[in-house]
Amino acid sequence: MTDAAISIAGLHKHYGDLRAVDGLDLEIPRGEVFALLGPNGAGKSTTVEILEGFRKRTAGEVSVLGIDPHHATKEWRTRVGVMLQSTSARSSLTAREALLHTSRYYPNPRDVDATLDEVGLTEKANAKPQTLSGGQQRRLDVALAVIGNPDLVFLDEPTTGFDPEARRRFWRLIEGLSGDGTTVVLTTHYLDEADHLADRIGIIASGRLVALDTPDGLRSRATDARITWTEGGEPRTEETPTPAAFLRDLLGRIPGEVEGLRVTHPSLEDVYLRLVDDVAEVDAAAEEEPS
Amino acid sequence: MTAPASPPVAPPSWTSMTLNRYVVELKEFLRSREQMVFIFAFPMMLLVLFGSVFGGAVLDGTDVTFAQYFLAGMVASGILNTGFQSLAMSIAIDRDEDVLKRIHATPLPATSYFAAKILQVLSVTVVQVVILIAIGVALYDVALPSDAAHWGTFAWVFLLGTAGSTTLGIAMSSLLRNAKAGSAIITPIVLFLQFTSGVFLIFTQVPAFLQTVASIFPLRWLAQGMRSVFLPDEFKYAEAAGSWQLPLTALILAVWVVVGLVLAVRTFRWTRHDDN
Repeated sequence: MTDAAISIAGLHKHYGDLRAVDGLDLEIPRGEVFALLGPNGAGKSTTVEILEGFRKRTAGEVSVLGIDPHHATKEWRTRVGVMLQSTSARSSLTAREALLHTSRYYPNPRDVDATLDEVGLTEKANAKPQTLSGGQQRRLDVALAVIGNPDLVFLDEPTTGFDPEARRRFWRLIEGLSGDGTTVVLTTHYLDEADHLADRIGIIASGRLVALDTPDGLRSRATDARITWTEGGEPRTEETPTPAAFLRDLLGRIPGEVEGLRVTHPSLEDVYLRLVDDVAEVDAAAEEEPS
Repeated sequence: MTAPASPPVAPPSWTSMTLNRYVVELKEFLRSREQMVFIFAFPMMLLVLFGSVFGGAVLDGTDVTFAQYFLAGMVASGILNTGFQSLAMSIAIDRDEDVLKRIHATPLPATSYFAAKILQVLSVTVVQVVILIAIGVALYDVALPSDAAHWGTFAWVFLLGTAGSTTLGIAMSSLLRNAKAGSAIITPIVLFLQFTSGVFLIFTQVPAFLQTVASIFPLRWLAQGMRSVFLPDEFKYAEAAGSWQLPLTALILAVWVVVGLVLAVRTFRWTRHDDN
């Protein structure tokens, strides 16, 4: 238990009949970058907000950095950085002022100008948030979440609205945090982001964890390779767990070049969509059953 | 300006966090055109407007002009506007836009947040009241009291009035489920009180049942208390009770401070009403 930054057992959050979180178990060790993936309404943000101490849970045990976040203390808040899903646009303070004032709540904050630089806002240091673009506002939110030098940081859909360059820069910032030993929990819609950053990925659907694995581990779940080629003017497709054997046979059968031959391995996205679709089908079937 | 990234340092003290937050609140207020015009400058504009239209008229049976009567009312109103109206609106908007939720995610204690808000309201109100009084003295022949007793009365009426307005403002912010509708709810409340409590109209000329209703709320007592400071002592015979009723004023204002405090503490929430 001592090396777990977060441990969750049997977590439930119900809103009337709706089970937003429906029996979630999860342990996140210290220093890990953990990505929580799932469709909209799957329970990602609800789970994260329970961990942040903003929401009450219906049932279950939750421990974050050794305490129940529902009873968050000032010391605990010092060690936990939070980036909400919503962006606050309106303020009379400039980006730099906002960071400077927030940094003063912490005993050992990061350097304000260095942090501005890391999120690429040095040129916008004296701009007010409402004059920043959506992506720039999110970068300011990231900076505000890490300015206190937290041991654990929650990032709820951090890169929505980022251009590719800003996303790469954000990734470097997270890699830097992770290198310093910070535990990072992020929710995201972007599989490439989870793939690039996360040590482990949890996929959540209908309030339940349907997969928990490393990016490579998830990818290897789809063992079938897909082989496509053209034969007699017709496009052909074969999905097989033994692509080499199939190819040997195919190449033996067709003399000369095989037109349009391609062998692809399923992407993380294929695995993800299959997992989420399976849950959706089970849910739909359950709803049709008269109870 | 930035803190060094040195080994563990003692956490910032409550006082330093409160002062830091106070600076943020003050900057937000001073840089907001809406707050500066409609909260800070509005009572001054009204004082000059009403003062120049009706100012010279002497109230029946007294040697007090309407402008002098109105000054005391505007001082009382300024306290109510800044403490109640502006605070309720700004906290409701902060809650709606998740600013409160963000603050709650930092180590800033709730008590620091409230103390900073109250300090900001106090600072703004003090400057506002000083300017209002200066206008009264310069333009409408208001005589400043010269004895300590009157200034003592001014001090406790001001402090109880500000404390009550502030705590009620924080409580009111929790009732405003939608900040955009906030001013549509609060403005009529404040206007009703201003018309019935002896601010825009002479209190004794308001129909008796409205006087009774207004007497439940703090503004009537705040305004009368301010008149006891800035109007000649003989004017008390023209008041509703034929006296300044200072002990009753203190009691009612103090009760409202307690009511406001209890409501504020019991209803306050960091997150939106639909966010649970």
